[in-house]
Amino acid sequence: MAQQKKDKLSNIPKAEFVKQLKRQWVLIVWSIFFVAYGLLFYYAPLVGWLMGFQQYKPKDGILHSKWIGLEKFRSLFSDATYLGVIRNTLAMGVINLIATTIMAILFAILLNEIVGVKKKKVVQTISYLPHFLSWIIVTGILHDALSGSGIVNELLLRFHLVPQAVNFFAHEEYFWPIVAFANVWKETGWNAIIYLAAITAIDPSLYEAAAIDGAGRWDKIRYVTIPGIKSTIIILLIMNVGNVLNAGFEIQYLLGNGLVQRVSQTIDIYVLKWGISQMDYSLGTAAGIFKSAVSIVLILICNEVAKRHGEERLF
Amino acid sequence: MSKSEVTTTKKKKLSTADIAFYTFNTIFMAVFVIVTLYPVLNTLAISFNDGLDALRGGIYLIPRKFSVKSYITVLKKDDLLVGAYISVARTIVGTLLSLVTCAILAFIVSRKNFLFARHLSLFWVITMYVNGGMIPIFLLYKGLHLTNTFWVYVIPGMVSAFNMLVIRTYMNGIPDSFEESAQLDGAGYTTIFLKIISPLCKPVYATIALFVAVYQWNSWFDVMLYNRMSSKLTTLQYELMKLLASVTSQSTSAQSMKNSTSSITPVSMRAAATIITMLPIVCIYPFLQQYFVSGLTLGGVKE
Repeated sequence: MAQQKKDKLSNIPKAEFVKQLKRQWVLIVWSIFFVAYGLLFYYAPLVGWLMGFQQYKPKDGILHSKWIGLEKFRSLFSDATYLGVIRNTLAMGVINLIATTIMAILFAILLNEIVGVKKKKVVQTISYLPHFLSWIIVTGILHDALSGSGIVNELLLRFHLVPQAVNFFAHEEYFWPIVAFANVWKETGWNAIIYLAAITAIDPSLYEAAAIDGAGRWDKIRYVTIPGIKSTIIILLIMNVGNVLNAGFEIQYLLGNGLVQRVSQTIDIYVLKWGISQMDYSLGTAAGIFKSAVSIVLILICNEVAKRHGEERLF
Repeated sequence: MSKSEVTTTKKKKLSTADIAFYTFNTIFMAVFVIVTLYPVLNTLAISFNDGLDALRGGIYLIPRKFSVKSYITVLKKDDLLVGAYISVARTIVGTLLSLVTCAILAFIVSRKNFLFARHLSLFWVITMYVNGGMIPIFLLYKGLHLTNTFWVYVIPGMVSAFNMLVIRTYMNGIPDSFEESAQLDGAGYTTIFLKIISPLCKPVYATIALFVAVYQWNSWFDVMLYNRMSSKLTTLQYELMKLLASVTSQSTSAQSMKNSTSSITPVSMRAAATIITMLPIVCIYPFLQQYFVSGLTLGGVKE
């Protein structure tokens, strides 16, 4: 029925088209609202990209500011800080993606093996909790746990693993692992939801068959569960690769300090610092354009890979 | 009954490898639960402990010297009260606005015979991938005189393509016959949306409402960026951030604080503020589990 209607629509005569328009006027009025809203809040900022190619002055506006071509981009890429910032953003994005994915899969598989519905439910409910906490709260908690008198140092000292309390926030080598841990702590339970759904969708007869062949729990996981969720893992990985550059603001901003800023600053923090605080709008915009451009390229590549896998989820 | 039967039959067949597996699994889950809960419970214990006494350290899950002074002090601070008020307001207003607009948009683009459904859908999906960036957006809001107003919290992010897609997927699953029979009865699109489709969409509306509410409640960056100058528009999260910043900058002088006489310290105050800030969400989310779980699985996409 619906299919018939759709086919009719693609070659409707003019009179019919007008009649449809009249019947759908409510939908059309709302559409105009949504297009206007979208143009204003999502598409208008794209016009602002012109600032990246100008020496933008607020009093002149975009129309009258001086055009300087790629000068801002040139100064960006000759700035060692910006290059370091790109490295930090990419590195933390990739580390976080890998760490959170592995933990989520591991957690989903093991949770699925818990015997007893109630136990499972309790663990799962607890596992969601950190997702609902803001990064402000999470970084506050981390500061407490990792401080000189925090629980981590206390355990390390009690088991004589370190001679004296470690100041985790003063050493560059700890920063990326701390950020990765925080992401794992916050999102493992949440990210596992989708893997759990994939595991539940596996045909139970496969497990029964495996059991008849004498497979233990380990074998079942290796030969049934993991192959069963492989396509979900691949799709989620591909989808998230496109977002790798977007994952670098709140926690780095909240946890970073002067001692570790060489490894903690990300592109967004750089934009905030130069664009908003120093009011160099053109430089900030240029730095942001580069990020968007890389993100779009990554998304397009991932989309292509996804298509080759026979999945069309992105576009 | 049958559950315990299953367990006993399983136990009979357990091999050494399986026992090793279940032991490992139990330990893993125990560690997982402890690592997840301990920091939160520890903050709770510190918040109910006398501030000065807490600086001595050694408080784990139970307050040593019970006191509610930190809470009283926090609740007396004007900034935090304003923050709580604005946080609640933006969560309610923002969630309502966002849910209503996203639902209408999803309804429009999921009408199979709407002439422009595909165009409108594409127009919005593009916004998920192309983003103007921080500076142009900042200047836009400034130009629209949204900065230093409450509306900058709820208007700009109101319509979101991701939320629209989740609702649309759900609406697509509703049989066309509902709409068709209503149309035969002479119902217009407004009636179909309000009386036929929306009642069926309650679960997905709950999912989206939860997503938006959590986002609104936890936001702080927009406060810092757009409303830093208006103390009347501060939020709980932003005030908490300021407390955190003051604690970390003073942590070196914790030693000197031990000699002070006040029983309220930044550490205990922040603990109390943290608990107050997380309380509403912690109380609500366990009851909405089925909604967000199904919402996530349904969207097929991760946040």
